[in-house]
Amino acid sequence: MPKFVLLWTDTALWLLVAAAVAYVWHVRRRPNLRANWTKVFADAPALASAVVLIACALVTLLDSVHYRPRLPAAAGATSVAYDTRTLSLLDGLLQGLVNARETTYSRPLAYESFTKESIEVAGKMQRVAPRLIYGGAHLGQDAPARWVGDLMLRAAIGLAAGLIAGALLCALLVAGVARGRKERWSQAWVRIRAGETAIPWAVAMVTLLGLAAFIGAVAALAQGYHVFGTDVTGNDVLYQTLKSIRTAFVIGALATLATLPLAVTLGIMAGYFKGYVDEAIQYLYTVLSSVPNILLIAALVLMTQVFLDKNPQLFETGVERADLKLFLLCLVLGLTGWAGLCRLLRAETLKLRELEYVQAAQAFGIKPQRIMAAHIFPNVAHLMLIVTVLEFSSLILYEAVLSYVGVGVDPSMNSFGGMINFARNEMSRDPVVWWPFAAAFVFMVALVLAANLFADGVRDAFDPRARAFRPRLAARTAP
Amino acid sequence: MLNYILRRLLYGVLILVGVNLATFFLFFTVNTPDDMARLNIGGKRVTPELIEKWKVERGYDKPLYVNEAKQGSEKFTETIFWERSVSLFTFNFGRADSESAGDIGAEVGRRMWVSLQLAVPIFVLQIIASVSFALLLVMFRHTRLDLAGVVLCVIMLSISALFYIIVGQFLFARVLKLVPVSGYSGGLDLIRFLILPVALSALARLGTEARLYRAMFLEEIGKDYVRTARAKGLSETTVLRRHVLRNALIPIVTSAGGYLPYVFLGSLVFESFFGIPGLGAYVIEAIGKQDFAIVRTMVFVGAVLYIASYILIDIAYTWIDPRVRLA
Repeated sequence: MPKFVLLWTDTALWLLVAAAVAYVWHVRRRPNLRANWTKVFADAPALASAVVLIACALVTLLDSVHYRPRLPAAAGATSVAYDTRTLSLLDGLLQGLVNARETTYSRPLAYESFTKESIEVAGKMQRVAPRLIYGGAHLGQDAPARWVGDLMLRAAIGLAAGLIAGALLCALLVAGVARGRKERWSQAWVRIRAGETAIPWAVAMVTLLGLAAFIGAVAALAQGYHVFGTDVTGNDVLYQTLKSIRTAFVIGALATLATLPLAVTLGIMAGYFKGYVDEAIQYLYTVLSSVPNILLIAALVLMTQVFLDKNPQLFETGVERADLKLFLLCLVLGLTGWAGLCRLLRAETLKLRELEYVQAAQAFGIKPQRIMAAHIFPNVAHLMLIVTVLEFSSLILYEAVLSYVGVGVDPSMNSFGGMINFARNEMSRDPVVWWPFAAAFVFMVALVLAANLFADGVRDAFDPRARAFRPRLAARTAP
Repeated sequence: MLNYILRRLLYGVLILVGVNLATFFLFFTVNTPDDMARLNIGGKRVTPELIEKWKVERGYDKPLYVNEAKQGSEKFTETIFWERSVSLFTFNFGRADSESAGDIGAEVGRRMWVSLQLAVPIFVLQIIASVSFALLLVMFRHTRLDLAGVVLCVIMLSISALFYIIVGQFLFARVLKLVPVSGYSGGLDLIRFLILPVALSALARLGTEARLYRAMFLEEIGKDYVRTARAKGLSETTVLRRHVLRNALIPIVTSAGGYLPYVFLGSLVFESFFGIPGLGAYVIEAIGKQDFAIVRTMVFVGAVLYIASYILIDIAYTWIDPRVRLA
């Protein structure tokens, strides 16, 4: 048995999963929330992005089960020894990529190294690109001739396998839809194809198939090549981008959640009590927002650095240290980012507290904290939700800037910001090393775009005013 | 009006006191000067003597709040709190923590002008570009152009500013060799150095802002006065320019004004990428060197600028909309 390690962000993420499950259960019992969420998913871009986000979330969760493998017992040893490295399930799955380490840069899907070396060929010194240790090693001597054919074959097999897996998932989806309405599969299939379901499942299926085909092709190619090439120390770029997804996800999700306790309690209190409480809270968030955000974060992160240096007993391995740093970074982002939502909730509460149902509750002598929890909070919860999903993507973008400034995640931790930071120098090399940058770009844009589109869907569903600004084509008038 | 501004200024001072207390607490109580000395000297060279020397050089050897060893008012002025916190209000910033950096005040004064040279064109270009793009989309609302424009905005705002910078530098400076990659110089030559960062900065925020402004315009366009304007036979462009734009200016000023402090502080990332020695680059250097004195000073300067720009926005309201009276 390996020794399981529960890192700080792991705990937080799994708690988040539990909370999400509880929320889904809650939504299912509330007709109004159900209707709103149906509206979210009825929006085709939001549904497609949800599929992408779920795929990213799965990668994140796979990367959030950490363990230290057991070392083979030394002769005569009585105690069990564990590896000093902390691995995650994702690391375990991608063991092949981690081990297939080259010496330095190599182009995506290459079988030769990117840099040339002086090698003696038939008694003469020549500048040639040496073969890679792992990438395309199976091609043997006649690599140039077999290379393209091999790529095509692998990609085709991967695509086919991916499509089959995707089709299976789609079948499961159809089965789920059919069960929900207690009808036969074929009926459900016909309704989905005709677009008669409330949620356009066909969109979800197309996204799913596309995603599955992409994953299949990449997985098949990754068996023999470095799909996105290798970086300066010969590490696989694909592996780094996959690991970066977790960092981005953790920052986006945990940091926004960390803003909620302060923003919600203070915002509602300020709006409900008015007077001195309001003045004090307003003063607090004006002070906070008058400091340029990035400076405050930098200052706080430097503080956490000192804290970590002073308390080395809090972590055992490098991964644990980096993780604690990430966790503290999320807390810092939460602590500095609550002013906006707080202001919004205060304004909304000021409006709500004058409504009849709140006054009735007051007249009945219900305690203020109960009124705030039972009558005001549920009616501002949609604002909280909208701001949370909108913040998610902007925080992922923010992480890149913070890493560039030097107050982001630990340099040993893979993140999009770190990759971009490296890419800055790589892009100025000649010939240019473009693939780590391109890989970071594609994955990051895909993740942020999906998060943005989903956030727009949520906002339009929960805030009727926002819907007016959706671009739509003019209704065709009868001739 | 004067009364109002005076009141806002007083509240601003109150906020500065809060900012100052918070940063002081953060920097000197949570982390003692000893910790900072250790961090700053760094590595294995840390000895008690070195720490003591470092502290004496920067005046950190004094007590935090009350100096019992002194008499009279010196009891309070000969403290870290007085020298490093209260003195900020007189814009006396003192010496930086790291070895090489000198007086912070002089540095800030010099770099501020460099930052302004970059930030003012960015600010102006950004507003012009975003407002015109948004107006274009509103003009063609409910058509495919509007749809494509909004999709473009969403894609553009999903791309990190760092990508714009790296690709822009690569394309225009390295491949096409139109402008230098980075650097700074005085005189007319400056334009060559500034044109790329200015253009890229405006481009990087175009998606976010144009989408926001489009929503603001659409909000106005549904109102009755717009219908009246059309009914009296004005052309659509005139309606947009004379009526919709002018009425949407208030929310636009609010949102663009929120960006004002950064105009003075400089775009952190852009300055450091393009090697422009402004305040933003100064901050990044300070963070890299873990120089708390500079970070603390910039927090203070940033707060001053924030307060000043919000008072400016309020004054701008009265100028844009005569109905607004500050009282």
